Amino acid sequence: MTTRAPAPSKEAQPDAPERDGLPRWVPVLAILVGWIALWALLRGQDTLALAGRERTDVMRWLGDFRDGVIASRSTNPVVAFTNGVGEVIRSVFGWLQELVSVPAFPRPVPQVGWLGVTALAAWVGLAVAGVRMALLVAATFVSFGVLGFWEEGIDLLLVTGLSVGVVVLLGLPLAVAMGTSPRARAVITPVLDAMQTMPTFVYLLPIVLFFGIGVSGAVVCTLIYALPPLIRIGGHGIRSVSPTAIEATDSTGQTRWQRLVKVQLPMARKTLVVGLNQSTMAALSMAIIASYVDGPGLGEPVLSALIRNDVGSSLVPGLLIVLTAIMLDRTTTAASQRAESAARGVGLRGRQRQVVLAVTGVVALVCVYLSRTYFSLAQFPDTGWGPRLSEALGSLTDAVVGFLSAPAEVFKNAVSYGLLNPLQNLLADSPWWLAAGAITLIALALGGVRAVVSTVLCLAGILFFGLWNDTMLTLTMVLVATLLVMAIAVVVGVWMARRPRVDLLLRPLLDAGQTIPAFCYLIPVLALFDPTRFTAIFAAVVYAAPPAIKLVADGVKAVPETTLEASRSTGTNAWQEITQVQLPIARGSLVLAANQGLLYVLAMIVIGGLVGAGALGYDVVLGFARSEEWGLGAAAGITIVLLGIMLDRIAQAAAARQGVSKRQSLLARARGGTRRAA
Amino acid sequence: MTATTTTETTGPARTGAGLEVRNLWKIFGPAADRIIGTPDAELSRADLKARTGSVVGVKDVSFDVAPGEVFVVMGLSGSGKSTLVRCLTRLIEPTAGTVRIGDQDVTGCSESQLRELRRTQVSMVFQHFGLLPHKQVIDNVAYGLEVRGMGKKERRAKAGEIVDLVGLSGYEQNYPDQLSGGMQQRVGLARALAGDPQMLLFDEPFSALDPLIRRDMQNEVIRLHHEVGKTMVFITHDLAEALKLGDRIMILRDGEVVQVGTPDEVVGAPADDYVADFTSEVPRSHVLTLKWVMRDPRPDDDLDGTAMSQDTIVRKAAQAVLASDKPVRVMDGDRLVGVVDDEEILRVVVAEESPA
Ligand SMILES: Nc1ncnc2c1ncn2[C@@H]1O[C@H](COP(=O)(O)OP(=O)(O)OP(=O)(O)O)[C@@H](O)[C@H]1O
Ligand SMILES: [Mg+2]
Repeated sequence: MTTRAPAPSKEAQPDAPERDGLPRWVPVLAILVGWIALWALLRGQDTLALAGRERTDVMRWLGDFRDGVIASRSTNPVVAFTNGVGEVIRSVFGWLQELVSVPAFPRPVPQVGWLGVTALAAWVGLAVAGVRMALLVAATFVSFGVLGFWEEGIDLLLVTGLSVGVVVLLGLPLAVAMGTSPRARAVITPVLDAMQTMPTFVYLLPIVLFFGIGVSGAVVCTLIYALPPLIRIGGHGIRSVSPTAIEATDSTGQTRWQRLVKVQLPMARKTLVVGLNQSTMAALSMAIIASYVDGPGLGEPVLSALIRNDVGSSLVPGLLIVLTAIMLDRTTTAASQRAESAARGVGLRGRQRQVVLAVTGVVALVCVYLSRTYFSLAQFPDTGWGPRLSEALGSLTDAVVGFLSAPAEVFKNAVSYGLLNPLQNLLADSPWWLAAGAITLIALALGGVRAVVSTVLCLAGILFFGLWNDTMLTLTMVLVATLLVMAIAVVVGVWMARRPRVDLLLRPLLDAGQTIPAFCYLIPVLALFDPTRFTAIFAAVVYAAPPAIKLVADGVKAVPETTLEASRSTGTNAWQEITQVQLPIARGSLVLAANQGLLYVLAMIVIGGLVGAGALGYDVVLGFARSEEWGLGAAAGITIVLLGIMLDRIAQAAAARQGVSKRQSLLARARGGTRRAA
Repeated sequence: MTATTTTETTGPARTGAGLEVRNLWKIFGPAADRIIGTPDAELSRADLKARTGSVVGVKDVSFDVAPGEVFVVMGLSGSGKSTLVRCLTRLIEPTAGTVRIGDQDVTGCSESQLRELRRTQVSMVFQHFGLLPHKQVIDNVAYGLEVRGMGKKERRAKAGEIVDLVGLSGYEQNYPDQLSGGMQQRVGLARALAGDPQMLLFDEPFSALDPLIRRDMQNEVIRLHHEVGKTMVFITHDLAEALKLGDRIMILRDGEVVQVGTPDEVVGAPADDYVADFTSEVPRSHVLTLKWVMRDPRPDDDLDGTAMSQDTIVRKAAQAVLASDKPVRVMDGDRLVGVVDDEEILRVVVAEESPA
């Protein structure tokens, strides 16, 4: 699914921003000037910065709440239920682990050794996605073993697979409900919107409280994050089944159930698999983030290396994550493309295909048997390649970093002194009431009264939870990163729109960029910038740029050729054409890109709390790490949500004033995380 | 309402169920069931829409179709043809009125009786085919049987026969998107025939096909009607098609019946300007019978020329009439009802050559 821009509306004339008198930026500029003047007088007062270990009453109350929940495990039915669910997840996972990844006592190795697991996985790849995908699957599994991350790699796949399994069980009926009943759709849609707006990092803390740390919490978080794509895309697929086919088959006297299983589901099959692909990728990226709460898998070695600022040892597991992502993406995509042709037995004729599958299935079973019999086929022999590759990559990274460090330093300083520091000074050193007032006024100028209401409520909430100063620090980083994202998006997006060959070249790269789990972006950036605020900002920019670029490119491309011709006929040059015609007409897309960029950036900045970004993200991490800081972490989590809602509402209201409807921006968001469709 | 078919007397044994429609209404919109019986119901479609926001699809329609008859429904786009034909098996739920097929009251039956009716009594062919892209031709044809719960072997065997009947032998294993439009519609036709229904409904089945294929398919329907002899309700907005296939034709405008009659009645005696307009383009000599062009014998007529039945189509009589120098006697059985001379024939033929 591509991030498609809204078609430029009819009334969107190049001169429209001046429509209601002053251009929008004039009052904003005036507010900024006034703010700076007051800041010069009042800086440093009432900034509400918390001293090192100072905690507010609200945080202590949250901490008590946690203790209460833990204590009520046996008395409170809700807590008992969630704990029970956690227990079930843990035991299922433990059973699976003994089956394929950890020693199954009294055996010194799992029930099925690496050869058997690899062979079975490759066979599944063959069955659903063809020979090439089977080879990719086998290569991925073998590289887990060769590089010494067998257990972590398989665990990551187990968490992802377990979550996707539950996603299918829960999501398919909901997708059917969405696709067949308008009423169900009206109920489910806002819930999905809420699930998709919340920064992923935020629900870890409460989920873990209720479902337990480790794999149970990880699976539940992953579930929440991975459920919406399947429901949304699947529901859409079912709803789009040709009404003629439904009517024609109804006329043969089918029951409602027959209609569903014989007509609607098969005809929506391809779209359903696309939804499954999106859900799987979401599950993978969340399963990795869940390593913050001791979720098992490849995220764990990356995370602990990042904490030690040891880029070298994070590289190999990081690469394996990317490989896993590519494997899952390619196989599920190939599966969706084959969804029809496989059913038709194209390629190999049906019979022949069955024979091939039967024979290879037997081979796989023989491999399973062998892996239960010979130790070296059960436990991957230690090749020592992992550390060696790690070392080689380490020195390669050092070389590249050495080469890039001078320009990186220049860039970092330019952004730091030119943008980051002044903005941070203004936001964080102003008295809280000054900053709050100024933000409210800017919201009014950009989004009108509607935006003001949510802004005031969110600011009040942020104040209440006692992390005002950290919020301002996080906000600074978010704004700077979003500005950079938009600058890149406009330059690259316009370039892509005007040069089809550039588009052809860049688009696959952008798609690939969106396949890689957010977490992996931290690794190279950390190598380049060390743990600083800048690391998180840069990673956020890299993470948020691809979808924003695509939105801008599609928006600019949607400007009608006739309009361009008309303007060319008046003798405009390329620069005038871009600034006077293309960008103003595509401004709906720009607003959408900014809106999306904001949310992506916020999510990443928070994750980057660990590698030097500090502020709210770090507070959350602290909450994971130390039980006595749970209150701080929870307060920070809620604050992040409030900050996200506030930014989102202001952007939405501003967008609405530009004639971009709520539906369009939600649509873009639903597609934002997603990539190609067909 | 006219008596049933008078035109075609030869042909197959007539089978199939009869259809009886009484005071059928379909109103789309918010206050649909509160309009009938009120003065609002008398309003024109546009006025009703303006007043209540509801649209009349079918307005107080009554007609009968005899077993084995081919009954054609015509009208301009938006006149309610599709709505009407869907109301017959309640693919669209009628707002009021009754429909009887054979001895069953369709409008009164339960959901499961309705399914049974659709499975065994009535099948439908659609303008856009509505085939299942994920099923092979043979399984598309067998779909109705599958829905009834018939085993795979049995239903494929039965569907195979029907595939042969519609001339698609050899394409059983293909998927719909591998076939041309005309072939796809043959599949649609075969699917409708597979359940051996009493009645077939066609909603503009050939309007998506190009003219040559369309002619083929029309001939196919005529042939099938000869072979299997089902009752057919056939929707079209192509008058030539209507005249070619129909035993009788019903013309709708804005959901209301304007005229029901045999082809020559509709062309020879249009009920109003709307129908006249409709029929103005038809080659009249191909439709009208001598009954419509003859004149009373005059005293000076020489009445020992050739005799012809009053149901002879003008085009077929033309040569004989023009060749003979005496007027041709037009007979209803043994009774002399009129005469035609060169002048009468030429009036019809020449009028066609130089349309108004
Ligand atoms: N679901 C619906 N809701 C509201 N109005 C409808 C609905 N279906 C049909 N109509 C209206 O009912 C009228 C009759 O439509 P219908 O489709 O029966 O016409 P038709 O004669 O089949 O036309 P065509 O030749 O274009 O197929 C039209 O004015 C149409 O707008
Ligand atoms: Mg129609």
